Amino acid sequence: MNQLLDKTFWGLTIGLVALFALNFVLEEWMRSIGLQSLSRGCVAIGLLILWRTGLVSFGHALFFGFGAYTVAMLQIAGVNDIFVLLIGGTATAGLLAFFLGFLLRQYRAIFFALLNMAFSMILYGVLAKVEALGSTDGIGVSHVSFLGYVPADEDYRPTLYVFAICFAYIAAVLSHWYLKSTLGMMTMAVRENEIRVEYLGYSAERAIHAKYVISGVLAGVGGVIMAVTVGHVDPDSMVYWPVSGDFVFITILSGTGNVGATFIGALVYELLRTYAFEFAPEIWQLILGGSLLLIIMFLPDGLWSIRSEWRNRRRMAAAARGETQAAE
Amino acid sequence: MDFELLLVILVDGLVYSSYLFLVAVGLTVIFGVQKVLNVTHGSFYAFGAYFAAYLIGLWSRGGLPDWGGFLLILGSAIVLGIVLGVIIERGLLKYLYDRDEHIVVLATFAAFLVLEDVILLIWGTNPYLAFQPLALLGNSEIAGLVFDNYALTMIALTFIVAFILWYGLNRTQFGKVLLAVIFDREISMAMGINVTKVFLITFMIGTFLGALGGAYHAPIISVQPGIGVEVIVLAFAVVVIGGMGSIPGALIGSIIVGISRAAAVHMYPELELFVIYAIMAFVLVIRPEGLFAPIKARKI
Amino acid sequence: MTRVLEVHDLEKNFGGVVAAHNINVTVDVGENIGIIGANGAGKTTFVNMVTGYLPPSSGRIEFMGKNVVGLHPRDVTKLGLCRSFQVPQVFLSETVFDNMLVAYGIAERSGWGLFTPLHTDDREARVDAQLKRYQISEYRDVAASALPQGVRKLLDIAMATVRNPKLVMLDEPTSGISVEEKFDLMDIIMLALKEEDTTVMFIEHDMEIVERFVNRVWAFYQGEIICDATTAEAMKDEKVREFVIGQEYHPGHVEGGAHA
Repeated sequence: MNQLLDKTFWGLTIGLVALFALNFVLEEWMRSIGLQSLSRGCVAIGLLILWRTGLVSFGHALFFGFGAYTVAMLQIAGVNDIFVLLIGGTATAGLLAFFLGFLLRQYRAIFFALLNMAFSMILYGVLAKVEALGSTDGIGVSHVSFLGYVPADEDYRPTLYVFAICFAYIAAVLSHWYLKSTLGMMTMAVRENEIRVEYLGYSAERAIHAKYVISGVLAGVGGVIMAVTVGHVDPDSMVYWPVSGDFVFITILSGTGNVGATFIGALVYELLRTYAFEFAPEIWQLILGGSLLLIIMFLPDGLWSIRSEWRNRRRMAAAARGETQAAE
Repeated sequence: MDFELLLVILVDGLVYSSYLFLVAVGLTVIFGVQKVLNVTHGSFYAFGAYFAAYLIGLWSRGGLPDWGGFLLILGSAIVLGIVLGVIIERGLLKYLYDRDEHIVVLATFAAFLVLEDVILLIWGTNPYLAFQPLALLGNSEIAGLVFDNYALTMIALTFIVAFILWYGLNRTQFGKVLLAVIFDREISMAMGINVTKVFLITFMIGTFLGALGGAYHAPIISVQPGIGVEVIVLAFAVVVIGGMGSIPGALIGSIIVGISRAAAVHMYPELELFVIYAIMAFVLVIRPEGLFAPIKARKI
Repeated sequence: MTRVLEVHDLEKNFGGVVAAHNINVTVDVGENIGIIGANGAGKTTFVNMVTGYLPPSSGRIEFMGKNVVGLHPRDVTKLGLCRSFQVPQVFLSETVFDNMLVAYGIAERSGWGLFTPLHTDDREARVDAQLKRYQISEYRDVAASALPQGVRKLLDIAMATVRNPKLVMLDEPTSGISVEEKFDLMDIIMLALKEEDTTVMFIEHDMEIVERFVNRVWAFYQGEIICDATTAEAMKDEKVREFVIGQEYHPGHVEGGAHA
């Protein structure tokens, strides 16, 4: 059992506690940044899982938007409880991933990426043009209730925040445990050598399908959180192709070494965007694009690799000084 | 379906196809030669539109004759082809040819974001309207409907460009070299072909075509922020449908997309975007390499 | 049940090319069989068909009495029939240890196991035992991409045999290995396999290896088996000498090494 309660688990748990404590001192705009980071971080975990499997999706805004719009639709139908909305949003996204997965699991490389993009643009095309679904104006999302508890106005955001960090925490921990299991390690195996996987007795396509569904569910979680946080869903900010591009950006930014890193990456992305917009509104895209280029050129393994870089340097410096090294 | 509607769909569709073809053919050539899916192409189109619109505006305010606009369109595309082509290919892509293909796409996406803001910095957020070439050519009546002659010339331009490209690829020395590099980069290098130079020239040609698409389209649209974002994803659809790396594919693909879009706009407007990407998904499913994929020998 | 493999009237055509024709063979428990023949004679095609990677055009293949035609390689593996590859198929970016870990992880999977960790102490012990069996323990923490060819081949075979299969088919286990090391390599492999009394079949071009390690030989030529006999008989068979090993080959000598 101690396999499961490893460094990453404790790191995430400490993060949970820290974020919870911060809730009492955060200003509202900080909380907003936090909520949006949690939302995007969840999507990025799904992309991390796919990345490790050797696959990149240029269309995960499909599931993100699906989860978000499900929230809006459910609210129109009178449902307002955060748990029901979450289950609804993730279930629809997951089901969509399940059905599309039968098709997508047969593709690799750039075709997988583009097929995902095509489907996300199909959804965009439908949402942007159909009046009943809000068209390009979108649909508003009103305040939710928490298992019957309806917070006072000034308590709403802090309460939402607590729930969001709990959802994100659970998603992160479960994903981390999954990646350490045999099925999770299949990501590497499928990426490296599908023939070997088949001859060892496992279906590579089934493995890909399973991971695809998981990534869809995670993107759905992100969509639900974002819809409730922003209070609004619309195709341009949630389904359009640059949104998918930004999710991949965050994945690259974080590096694929660790599940927790995706939230850090999402936070950095969010801060970049917000501050760039704040101080240089004409060039925020330039700053974002420029940062992505810098990461691609100089830090190809993402922010997380700074940590292992640093540890490697210390180790080499110690070796140079002639000290013996204990095993890591 | 009455004849009028059919004609309108046909002409509108072919006009959509024309600028799409120009953008998509540049994209497909770059993919065929360098195996790069160049998202930055969207901003080449936008740059072309802005630069041409801006120059035409200056020109006509200077009281100079309107037909000069055509020269400006061509000229701006050439300048952008060289300048942007060199900057992006030598300044960015050169360092990424050995990286994972997804990373390269992301890098071109990043470059696209950067260039989008460069456009804003240079030209601001107000729309540019460079209608002079459009007005100059007047309009014609076909079967009781009125069409802008300018739009008709766009259709003609498509076929002219397609022919020039076909000729260039199949009948010139450089074209043969390009075909060799498309087929196999390594063997071409072993044969003594300067692949680096080929990459640069190809990219500049592709950039020029993308910019030309925007420049020539400028007079009939309102040139404003965001036109690049929209066009690039449509161009992707065209390239996927027609075959990644195939010039005839880009032509057929853009005609399919253009006419489907026109049909939707005039008959079922809600399906306008849906129909394009549904076709894209359909083609990816039944024939991922596209309708006209260049023949590739299977390497063991 | 002494009959491990039965192949009846196996045929394979690729358009006009006959890759396999009229293949009828049986294999009993504990046998060691050498498969020889020129390149393109149909040896690997045969292995690919038996293991489910390639569907035959017609014919029957029965493993342990069960029909395996139409099954995926993963199902054939689970029944107890494993193979190794001419070019070792391993996870290049991972260490030898991690490669074996994944192999055991897949073999020992049951049910959903969504969160059962891959790396347990038990499993680690089994991995180390297998590494020891194939004498590659010293490479435990080396990345597969950095391994010498011989070690990589051993890793490939070690991964293929984690399920203690009844029948193992090795595709050119010594190809790419220097002459001095071939015998040692085969010694290790056969020792490890015979621990569990596995039936072994391997494709080989080196007749000395064939002579030393198998008691029965199938000679392939243009998709057909032209000789199915004991090693001694096969080496003297006229057709084998003409189409496979060459007339100059003298069994037991090291003369010029006439290879197919």
